[in-house]
Amino acid sequence: MALRGNLRDFTITQLLNLINLAGKTGTLILEGPAEQAHVSFREGKLAYARIGQDDGSLASILHKANKLNANQYRAIADRAGQMTDKELGLLLINAGYVSQDDILLNLQSHFSDVIRRLFTWVEGFFRFEAEIMPPEDRINVRLDLENIIIEGSRELRELEQLKDEIPSLDMALKFTDRPMKHVNLSVEEWRVVSFINPKNTMKQIAQTNKMSELEVRRIVYGLLQAGLVEMVRPEGVVVQQNPKTYPTQDKEEQKTLINKLIGRIRTM
Amino acid sequence: MQTVKMVVTGPFSAGKTQFIQSVSEIDVVATERKISSEEERAVKSATTVAMDFGRITVDEDLVLYLFGTPGQKRFDFMWEILSEGMLGFIVMVDSTRPETFREARSILETFRAYAPTPFVVAANKQDMPEAWDMEDIRHALRLDAETKLLPCVATNRDTVKTVLLELLFSIMQEMESGK
Repeated sequence: MALRGNLRDFTITQLLNLINLAGKTGTLILEGPAEQAHVSFREGKLAYARIGQDDGSLASILHKANKLNANQYRAIADRAGQMTDKELGLLLINAGYVSQDDILLNLQSHFSDVIRRLFTWVEGFFRFEAEIMPPEDRINVRLDLENIIIEGSRELRELEQLKDEIPSLDMALKFTDRPMKHVNLSVEEWRVVSFINPKNTMKQIAQTNKMSELEVRRIVYGLLQAGLVEMVRPEGVVVQQNPKTYPTQDKEEQKTLINKLIGRIRTM
Repeated sequence: MQTVKMVVTGPFSAGKTQFIQSVSEIDVVATERKISSEEERAVKSATTVAMDFGRITVDEDLVLYLFGTPGQKRFDFMWEILSEGMLGFIVMVDSTRPETFREARSILETFRAYAPTPFVVAANKQDMPEAWDMEDIRHALRLDAETKLLPCVATNRDTVKTVLLELLFSIMQEMESGK
């Protein structure tokens, strides 16, 4: 029977565990809430992973890891269009831009990051296609899944705890009255802090900074704990009153109703 | 007959059912079940699993319903349903159980995200010697100075009335400010 189903019933952790234990070869295709992911395996080991609009090419991975600058990346995209990643890798090594270790470590790190993002998917569908192999023009790795599963489960637990503290990313943040003069913030924290404004929701801050749900929650949690920010409803959002709240939509009648309630409770 | 509703929420065993019982003119329609977890059974023997339901008749045309939410996290799917169309909500916290403050904070933020309605926080069991001071509870729950934090004893009708009145004053204030 085909390996397919819903992530609500069968989690990413369970899927990776099964692929690992069964030593499966093929590609896991995941349809998440907003994007699709392709993760390929050889004999139960992670070989390749791609998510959303990301083309998963060696050039883009090295560019994101700051191993190639913007000009080099553009030049490769213009001139090496037909070249496979293996050919490009050899070219870059021979030209002295990167080492073989650079390439392998960055690919492994990128594919692990893709899997880590998948751990936060709790809604969506999956199917495992044993016939689909990783793209031939891409470089494959051989990564054991055990450590990725342990790390992912740990992050999932952390995300669940952070969701208790920050249930909705649709809320905004504002600074408290405490001065931020002597606070040492990391680069990532500064990226969040620079967008703190009652008009920006946490979801918008995460999107602007290209941060995952876990990353933005982790930073905001620290800022909240330090008492530097507080959560507020986003400014400028027109709040629609639920039509079921009051039996009448007339504002004066609503006030009369509240006054009646006040009067009744006072005399109880 | 016109009806409006308020929601009483808070962690497990915060005193929500008792709060509603103290002012409801009908016996609270409670959906309680025996507790299976030993840890929770040490605190109380039965808990709300769907909702509590109390009623205050204002006049022949207007009735206020009070809904109490289940406190256990695994029943949180009920929260959004119960919060729909509420005038406002009360977050109850047991002043003697600081281990529940974090959850109270989480429930408060969840309800704030569901609906932009006014709310107050009621610090229950303030008559107990081990109750935390109000200011300490305010800090622990990270409530700003504008959020109403009210002392309460859920078995005492007068303090329950005060909490309900303060919530109604907040609703009126918000109406008048045109928010």
